[in-house]
Amino acid sequence: MNRFPGHNILPYALIFPTVAVIAVFLIVPFVQAIYMSFFRISPFGRVRVYTGLRNFEELLRSPEYLQSFLNTMLFCAIVIGFGLGIALFIAVLATQKIRGAAFYQVAFIWTYAMSPAIAGVIWALMFDPSVGIFTALLETITGFRLNFTTDAVGAFLLVTIASIWIMLGYNICFYIAGLQNVPNELKEAALVDGAGPWKAFWIITFPMLSPTTAFLIFVNTLYAFFMVFGMLDVVTQGGPGQATEFLVYKIYRDGFARLREGQAAAQSVFLFIMVASIAGFQIWTSTKRAVYSR
Amino acid sequence: MRKHRKELLNLATHAVLILTLIAVAFPVYYAIVMGTHTHRDAYAFPPILIPGDQLWQNMLVAWERINLGRLAWNSFFIAIAVSVGKIVLSIMAAFAFTHFKFRGSWLLFPLTMITQMLPLPVRILPAFYLMASFGWLNTYWALTVPYLASTTGIILFRQFFLTVPDELSDAARVDGAKPLQYLWHILIPLSLTNIAALFVIEFVYIWNEYLWPLVVTTQADMRVAQIGLRMLYTSERAAAEWNIVMAGLFMIMLPPLVILILLRRQFAQGIAMQSTK
Repeated sequence: MNRFPGHNILPYALIFPTVAVIAVFLIVPFVQAIYMSFFRISPFGRVRVYTGLRNFEELLRSPEYLQSFLNTMLFCAIVIGFGLGIALFIAVLATQKIRGAAFYQVAFIWTYAMSPAIAGVIWALMFDPSVGIFTALLETITGFRLNFTTDAVGAFLLVTIASIWIMLGYNICFYIAGLQNVPNELKEAALVDGAGPWKAFWIITFPMLSPTTAFLIFVNTLYAFFMVFGMLDVVTQGGPGQATEFLVYKIYRDGFARLREGQAAAQSVFLFIMVASIAGFQIWTSTKRAVYSR
Repeated sequence: MRKHRKELLNLATHAVLILTLIAVAFPVYYAIVMGTHTHRDAYAFPPILIPGDQLWQNMLVAWERINLGRLAWNSFFIAIAVSVGKIVLSIMAAFAFTHFKFRGSWLLFPLTMITQMLPLPVRILPAFYLMASFGWLNTYWALTVPYLASTTGIILFRQFFLTVPDELSDAARVDGAKPLQYLWHILIPLSLTNIAALFVIEFVYIWNEYLWPLVVTTQADMRVAQIGLRMLYTSERAAAEWNIVMAGLFMIMLPPLVILILLRRQFAQGIAMQSTK
């Protein structure tokens, strides 16, 4: 549409700052990362030797990288599975026709304001080996005393619970917004046709929510792959052993601490492939929405 | 009978929601209570769940220990600068995409949508070297400028601008208004809810950023509050002072929380708009 014909330069001038920032700080460094991934680079970048695909081959053969990849995927799957499940459950309850529904709709938002580092420290207190309430609770129930500083499962559990917790507010908000867009007539029609509320939810509401679910899967994946960094750096530093050295933390360590820059660049390229495929999945599911909204 | 059953069901719904809310809020409550105790009370067993009276003293200790005044100022400055910058830039871009027909827009629009596809870790080393070559390490430039492009912002304003009826811009044009006058006097005053929503989203995002500030700053006086939290927590590992750590955490957590709570309605509307794109 052209609401102001005759202005030929203005639109470019308006877009220029955004495009310049994207080009200079996003696209150029990304292309450079691809380029760097074909080189073996000595610490501090003094010598660069072209090695073709060797960085990628080494990564694929490295047991540490494979372990880091598997840990990240497991973490991501748990954060999405439990996180979205709990959020959907709460959102469904909070959108029932009950008094005070509006209160619940804002009462859960606030976890959105917590940073991963903050959430990590709060849950490190809950998990504290000596004074943590969660540790004490777990010990009374199972008789097992958890120490997340030495126990791989404990550290993984801490990071996972803190992450589900931190994403809860955001997930609930989006599910509430999504549920409010589901037309009531459809649900009522299903109920009139004899479906129980449970069945009506799965055959009407849940499929109608699939764009929201796809979007949340994307956002939660971005969280699990990237945003979690602050939590890892403050609380576990990737340990104990390699238990919480997820892909984002490994890039940081290899690139900035271990000075294996070519390898880190190759990891960047792999990460991009993963993000791009998840984004593609999200775009694919959200274009299917047209069918539902017709 | 039927009505009775419905009331019972409502009661159960309330009960589940309130219990979940308590479970979700408890860790924060406990963390803050920890910050209000003396060292001895903080480590008492069984734990003391009622607030003590040491919060102010503990906050002062934490504040001094990591020079939080400076760190919080840095975080505050970059969060405000980036939020305002993103609002301005994304309004401009969204205005161009919705009100003009121009060559190359089919390419430029998707280009502005890729920022989410290129998160920092996929370009971190070259981005770091770029900052070094600009001489931007340990400056506010590195902490603000690379953030200024906003996919979320462009989507948010584009969605809204598309709903503004054509008659409005037609009338403005007939009255002789230039495009930027129309944007400034008509469109922006109508967009205040979206502006507030984007402000919350971006302020919270930047205040909570960790990796990029960690990489581009090395001097103590250019660090941000989130990294201060790490300094506090790491000192805990040696000296075991949960009460001080949590008093500091309380201060670092507060600014984005207050902004979110104050602007929660606008934030929720912004989310509703994003999810109906």
